[in-house]
Amino acid sequence: MAEQSLAAAEPAAEAGPAPGAASRTDSRPGAFGEKLRRVGEAAAVPLLALFASLVAFGLFMLALGFDPIEVYELIWRGAFGSYFSWQNTLVRAAPLILAALCTALPARLGLIVIGNEGALVVGGVAAAAAGLAVDTAPQLVVDLVMAAAGMIVGGVWIGAVGALRHFRGINETISSLLLAYIAIALMNHLVEGPMRDPASLNKPSSYAIPDAAMIGPMPGTNVHWGLAFGVIFAILSYVLIERTTFGFAARMVGGNERAARMAGLNVGRLILVVCFLAGAAAGLAGMVEVAAVTGRANASLAIGYGYTGILVAFLARHNPLAVIPVAILLGGIGASGGLLQRRLGLPDATVLVMQGIIFVMLLASEGVVGRLNLFQRTGDG
Amino acid sequence: MTKDAAVSRRTVLGGLSAAMAAATPLRRAFAADLVVGFLYVGPRDDYGYNQGHAEGAAAVKKLPGVKVLEEEKVPETNAVEQSMESMINLDGATLLFPTSFGYYDPYVLKLAAKYPNITFRHAGGLWQEGKAPKNAGSYFGYIDECQYLSGIVAGHTSKSGKLGFVAAKPIPQVLRNINAFTIGARLVNPKATTQVIFTGEWSMPVKEAEATNTLIDQGIDTLTCHVDSPKVVIETSEHRGIFTCGYHVNQQSLAPKGYLTGAEWNWSKVYVDMVNTMKAGKPIPNFLRGGIKDGFVKTSAYGPAVADATRKATDAIKAKMMTTDYVIFKGPLKDNKGNDLIAADKTYGQTDLWLEKMNWLAEGVIGATS
Repeated sequence: MAEQSLAAAEPAAEAGPAPGAASRTDSRPGAFGEKLRRVGEAAAVPLLALFASLVAFGLFMLALGFDPIEVYELIWRGAFGSYFSWQNTLVRAAPLILAALCTALPARLGLIVIGNEGALVVGGVAAAAAGLAVDTAPQLVVDLVMAAAGMIVGGVWIGAVGALRHFRGINETISSLLLAYIAIALMNHLVEGPMRDPASLNKPSSYAIPDAAMIGPMPGTNVHWGLAFGVIFAILSYVLIERTTFGFAARMVGGNERAARMAGLNVGRLILVVCFLAGAAAGLAGMVEVAAVTGRANASLAIGYGYTGILVAFLARHNPLAVIPVAILLGGIGASGGLLQRRLGLPDATVLVMQGIIFVMLLASEGVVGRLNLFQRTGDG
Repeated sequence: MTKDAAVSRRTVLGGLSAAMAAATPLRRAFAADLVVGFLYVGPRDDYGYNQGHAEGAAAVKKLPGVKVLEEEKVPETNAVEQSMESMINLDGATLLFPTSFGYYDPYVLKLAAKYPNITFRHAGGLWQEGKAPKNAGSYFGYIDECQYLSGIVAGHTSKSGKLGFVAAKPIPQVLRNINAFTIGARLVNPKATTQVIFTGEWSMPVKEAEATNTLIDQGIDTLTCHVDSPKVVIETSEHRGIFTCGYHVNQQSLAPKGYLTGAEWNWSKVYVDMVNTMKAGKPIPNFLRGGIKDGFVKTSAYGPAVADATRKATDAIKAKMMTTDYVIFKGPLKDNKGNDLIAADKTYGQTDLWLEKMNWLAEGVIGATS
């Protein structure tokens, strides 16, 4: 990733003070073929890794005495085999897209943020509180207020991680992770104390936002609108990172922070803005959980979407667009996990093993990047 | 392989659409059977809450003409909705037992309204006539009766009179167990106290071990708990050489020396009864509760450390519970801040809804609900 950004940064330096113009002036002969090769490589390597993990997992199943073909048939059927399965997969994918962006965006700046769970939780709690404060307003107003509250609070949460990193030099990985524990403790305190609905006896929860204000499913499906929010957020993030001057500057920081400073970029502002956006994505995921799923803030916010989001972001190699198919893939694996348990009596951990193998294979596949002859320059390189 | 299946399908099911054909062979496999689905929030071999339900599912599996589906580690979000729908749509389940408290509202209620022909019975919820769909329902057991008996055994056996309780969250179900345990212990040793530590989570082994060690360091010599999996508490206590009372399922094997007795669910009986009722074509009651007398809960067999006199005294009270409407929560009772809670002539029977809203700790409990 770093190499790629650096390579892109070189012509920028030549082009002078307007870095955004650099990519447009790149009209060397063979540039299209070069781009095709690069995209081809970016897609082929993870697909090969995915295939290799399926083979490895198949061998694992075989060793346990299960027919791998049958296992994969069930996974397919549970995840993508019918309209019902597709919906099941998409419902599970929805929170993962937004949660993954919380890691993917700062990663382009070279920051490893893993506190997604915390931003999601505080975003959800803030959305619930805001929604309850205006619960008599029309549905659209309630939902907009909730979304704004969730995104702002989530954004400030991860923005604080960026600020600690930039102003105090505190490692963002550690601070974001620790903040996640604080977020969960804060939520527990609020839903068991000041925000608690006394009628929520054995599962302490906030008061419920009115049914009329809940975000419903998309027409013709039982998939809630959170999926659409995630897809839109991912596309906007992609445009921002890959197609704007701001994104170019951000990637430059990711490639080489010192070089970026030398080029006169305001690194602090870039870090704060990108971290805020990352937190806003996770905060929106929390808002969707409250407004479309639970109707209340409670411990169900902290069930690990944030952590799975880290996995999604790494698998997508921090490309906001790639986050979408990867989230659907993991959603599908989750959706089929139930069928594997029911039909074959496999434990729940089976799908975790599969996820783990995919993760390791993908990380290992990074080593192949740049070494497959098929994707290397032949003429001018 | 897939190809062969498709050909035979086509032969057999000629006119049906492809989508239908894909689903049909799955259903056919269980066509004659009643398909029952169980959903657990944690692993089904956790030596605790989920294992209790899984043991019940195992008993149902032995019934003829019944097919059992199980899913573990299903979180309390719309994931449970998806899993239940998947059981209904892909496996033809018609009776579902979602066993974790947080599944009930809104997920079970929502799905029950969507699938009026499927029967939903939920563990722990409060099904209310008129408010909830008729095909939904809830069941639970008065396990505090067994905690009360554990308390009696602990009160007899403890040398210091200092008892400990590792608890998950200060919610009514948990508080009721702490109070019943303490009231039982003070019945036989009025000076006994129960020090309680809340870990804040249903399953957090590190904190549970920490709480256990802290309690033992304070001189507590008998410990029980209410967390999803008592394994860590019981094993740590055994290692430190103190007495324990189990919870959820029998943990004797984890603590061969110090295990006194324990409060266990008896879900096998409850589930088998419900499934048999359904098979006989009769309706399963919507609101089902029961205690030790009804066979919903039971106590572990006494461990070697329990003296003969203690066994006799405890069995005598247990016998009363089996035959009469024994009352645990009766006056005079103060809370642990010295306020009068229950007047001298007042009693609260097990079915009293006041007890379901418990937010206090009885006299003798050291700790606070918030």
